[in-house]
Amino acid sequence: MSVDATLSFEEAMEKYDPVLGFEVHVELNTKTKMFSSAPNVFGDEPNTNVNEVDLGMPGVLPVVNRTAIESSIKIGLALNCKIAETCRFARKNYFYPDTPKNFQTSQYDEPIAYDGYLDIELSDGTVFRVEIERAHMEEDAGKLTHMGGSAGRIQGADYSLVDYNRSGVPLVEIVTKPIQGAGSRAPELAKAYVAAVREIVKNLGVSDAKMERGNVRCDANVSLRPHGRERFGIRSETKNVNSLRAVEHAVRYEIQRHAAVLDSGEPVIQETRHWHEDTRSTTSGRAKSDADDYRYFPEPDLVPIVASREWVEELRATLPEPPAERRKRLQADWGYSDLEFRDVVNAGVMDEIEETIAAGATATVARKWWMGEIVGRAKNADVDPGQLGVQPATIVELNKLVEDGKINNKMATAVLDGVLAGEGTPAEIVEKRGLAVVSDDGPLLEAIDAALAAQPDVADKIRAGKLQAIGAIVGGVMKATRGQADAGRVKELILQKLGVEG
Amino acid sequence: MTDTNELIRLSAAQLAQKLAAGEVTSVEVTQAYLDRIAAVDGGPRGVHAFLHVNTEEALAVAAEVDAIRAAGGAAAAELHELAGVPIAVKDLIVTVGQPTTAGSKILEGWHSPYDATVVKRLRDAKMPILGKTNLDEFAMGSSTEHSAYGPTRNPWDLDRIPGGSGGGSAAAVAAFEAPLALGTDTGGSIRQPGAVTGTVGVKPTYGSVSRYGAIAMASSLDQIGPVSRTVLDSALLHQVIGGHDPYDSTSLPDPLGDLVAAARLGNVDGMKIGIIKELHGEGYQAGVENRFNESLELLKQAGAEIVEVSCPNFKYALGAYYLIMPSEASSNLAKFDGVRYGLRVLPKDAPLTIERVMGATRAAGFGDEVKRRIILGTYALSAGYYDAYYGSAQKVRTLIQRDFEAAFAQADVLISPTAPTTAFKLGEKLNDPLAMYLNDVATIPANMAGVPGLSLPGGLADEDGLPVGIQLLAPARQDARLYRVGAVLESLLEAQWGGPLLAQAPALATSVVEPVETLETQEAK
Repeated sequence: MSVDATLSFEEAMEKYDPVLGFEVHVELNTKTKMFSSAPNVFGDEPNTNVNEVDLGMPGVLPVVNRTAIESSIKIGLALNCKIAETCRFARKNYFYPDTPKNFQTSQYDEPIAYDGYLDIELSDGTVFRVEIERAHMEEDAGKLTHMGGSAGRIQGADYSLVDYNRSGVPLVEIVTKPIQGAGSRAPELAKAYVAAVREIVKNLGVSDAKMERGNVRCDANVSLRPHGRERFGIRSETKNVNSLRAVEHAVRYEIQRHAAVLDSGEPVIQETRHWHEDTRSTTSGRAKSDADDYRYFPEPDLVPIVASREWVEELRATLPEPPAERRKRLQADWGYSDLEFRDVVNAGVMDEIEETIAAGATATVARKWWMGEIVGRAKNADVDPGQLGVQPATIVELNKLVEDGKINNKMATAVLDGVLAGEGTPAEIVEKRGLAVVSDDGPLLEAIDAALAAQPDVADKIRAGKLQAIGAIVGGVMKATRGQADAGRVKELILQKLGVEG
Repeated sequence: MTDTNELIRLSAAQLAQKLAAGEVTSVEVTQAYLDRIAAVDGGPRGVHAFLHVNTEEALAVAAEVDAIRAAGGAAAAELHELAGVPIAVKDLIVTVGQPTTAGSKILEGWHSPYDATVVKRLRDAKMPILGKTNLDEFAMGSSTEHSAYGPTRNPWDLDRIPGGSGGGSAAAVAAFEAPLALGTDTGGSIRQPGAVTGTVGVKPTYGSVSRYGAIAMASSLDQIGPVSRTVLDSALLHQVIGGHDPYDSTSLPDPLGDLVAAARLGNVDGMKIGIIKELHGEGYQAGVENRFNESLELLKQAGAEIVEVSCPNFKYALGAYYLIMPSEASSNLAKFDGVRYGLRVLPKDAPLTIERVMGATRAAGFGDEVKRRIILGTYALSAGYYDAYYGSAQKVRTLIQRDFEAAFAQADVLISPTAPTTAFKLGEKLNDPLAMYLNDVATIPANMAGVPGLSLPGGLADEDGLPVGIQLLAPARQDARLYRVGAVLESLLEAQWGGPLLAQAPALATSVVEPVETLETQEAK
């Protein structure tokens, strides 16, 4: 794999103006598939959630999933789109073994939703409007696993396995208009836009919205043009950028790569690019031109979808509060300051905190864990915090162990690391590692006596009422008990011992 | 017990009566047909209507019906009118327990894991399925010569074609190998074989019979329909297979009304019957034209008013059809790639990439006519050509629909010859696709507009003594009119002939003892 030349981001920004575009695929969480009655379930045994329709058996016909249409209309409304009164499906014809019929049933020139926008709030509170070209319905393909060869690619593989469980899962593809004027904030905007779409579909309840499962997948288009030029440059399309951080990184990388290509006097090649999380770079995929001929034509097996205005209004009435209002409400409910709340939003853990609170934690505890512990770990691991694998219940459990005096805060962070390392539940880890606050007063009293004897001057100060000096004795006890003592209990016992009122 | 030679010549309605009256058992009837198939279908001069004979299952269903009837009571009373009456199914329609080939090597040996909706309905009615009938590969053809398993012969003259694509179903019914059959009609594949074999075939209103389980050629044109020896029998079968199906999005929500009652009505008083100016005369065989004119005269005598209507855009129908049909077919047939089922051919030389395996499979598995249509359709849908070809053809379709609307403003039913000629000789047009395509010039407009059409025997052409078909067309959802007029014309014609036209067909040699050519016997070789 040859390494492409890049310019520094700052230099790229001095010379060029980036134009972005996104195609975000959202998998809907309907009970059944887009065109068949097979279950839409993630993670089952391969090729079990399929019937003759999903396998493209001879003679089968598609039937549209009404819930998927409703979900699509809801997404369109939430993106401030117009909803087509009638629209049709089309066939996108191409031969590929993950597509059982060798055509994908999709919408082509008649999307169900079009002409919308989304206002994106950046980290400093600036609002940037992204215009939505369309949101259309289609079906997902099966999943190919290439065996042998290198890099899991079909080229050079010995053979490939195909799982059709995903085949026919309903998708909504949201396509933006070209996004101009983001300048050096383009990478940040990219991340914020995808985060906003994810938040919307999650909030609507129409998708599980888990990027790590591919429920939300982003193709990022990037092109550069010299400052002041109106005509767009040639774009690249980076496929399947499947985390928020990766979206930001991929856009940044492509800007730097394009800038180097343009600086060298070469034209940018219109192509798809593959994102590599490990090297944080893209490599050339398939050359893609507008001349790709999918021989679209209206799907003759389906009748047009008619979305009556009454139906659309009924669905509009069921929409949950828009994200901006939801944020206001959550901030008020949780009692966070403006700064605290913005940090939470920018760290991408608002939903996680909400879920943690729903699982039984207080707003303060939830924020302490997510912002204080998990965000940092996610950053080190270079993943989105939600993808680190921390369950809301884990935090509630950890916090309870601390509150009950079973472990202290220091131990709790170690237990969290244990959970992330897959060692088990917090309780199991406490058990396995023999972690426990020393709660038997006997050993504590011994340690206190020793600490007092070692620092008689400090003991005198405390007796004289200088209670803040107690820290030195507590520190000695903690050291002696290797951190397993409950600091609060130690304090109490010291005061008792010295006959001082706390 | 009736003589089996007479038994197999009874209509389905007559068989149903005898079964209900206990004069004959379903096992006897079914066995009589199986014997007839064994006698006339196989061997070098056999009819070869069947690709697979379903002996065991057919007899089991027949025995089940007989047992229910013998036991009497509510279960016997609830039996469908056609329970125990056997039927043949075109091998384009998928069936559990029997192979489905679509007449193609690419599906050789494939068994469907599910039943077509129409097959479910046959099973619900407890009609024994005798087997699967031959067809042009993927229903692409007008002669059944494009079957990968060899042609079917016309029972009227074994050196002639039985029409197509449903030549197997029509020949099976004409040769008394089955009283009823299912066909599919995309541009005439039920009606034209009916015409050239002296049988009845109906293409119902688009959407009135579920397409679920019919291997698609052109989704917007395909329709399953009945094949029989009498108009009433088609109406009876149409009632069994018709009606809404949630598995077919293009299925009409409402039933078509009582088609059997329409077939039994027995008059055409005051009905206006429109001759389509563009669908007779020049290009039509003289004997075809003569029989057509006789039918008009009979209908007039029976009290119908004959009017002439013009459908000027019908002249574009064939051209537009040969853009829409291949376009849809090219996409519908893309799924046959050797990945999941059916034939898989590995290229002889490396590398074994997926594209090359798909290519080798399709090259070996599809016949020339299928490839011709896939190539035509792929071209017509290509970027830059779509508007000129597929787009224009869709506009023609709208014009044809308007022609029909205008014509039906003047007439209740339209009438024409079903096909321009009688059955031609095997091999005669095989290398002339355009001449072959012209066979469907009169049947295609109905598919383009989604309206129903019926073909019934109109007599024998003077010059060759072969059957001529008369086509009736009605507005969408008005299939009942076809049965009403068709049954009246049929009875008037039969009165002239002194019995069914098929009684005049030459007797088939029944001494042939070679086994029936079926997939199993072919596999055994």
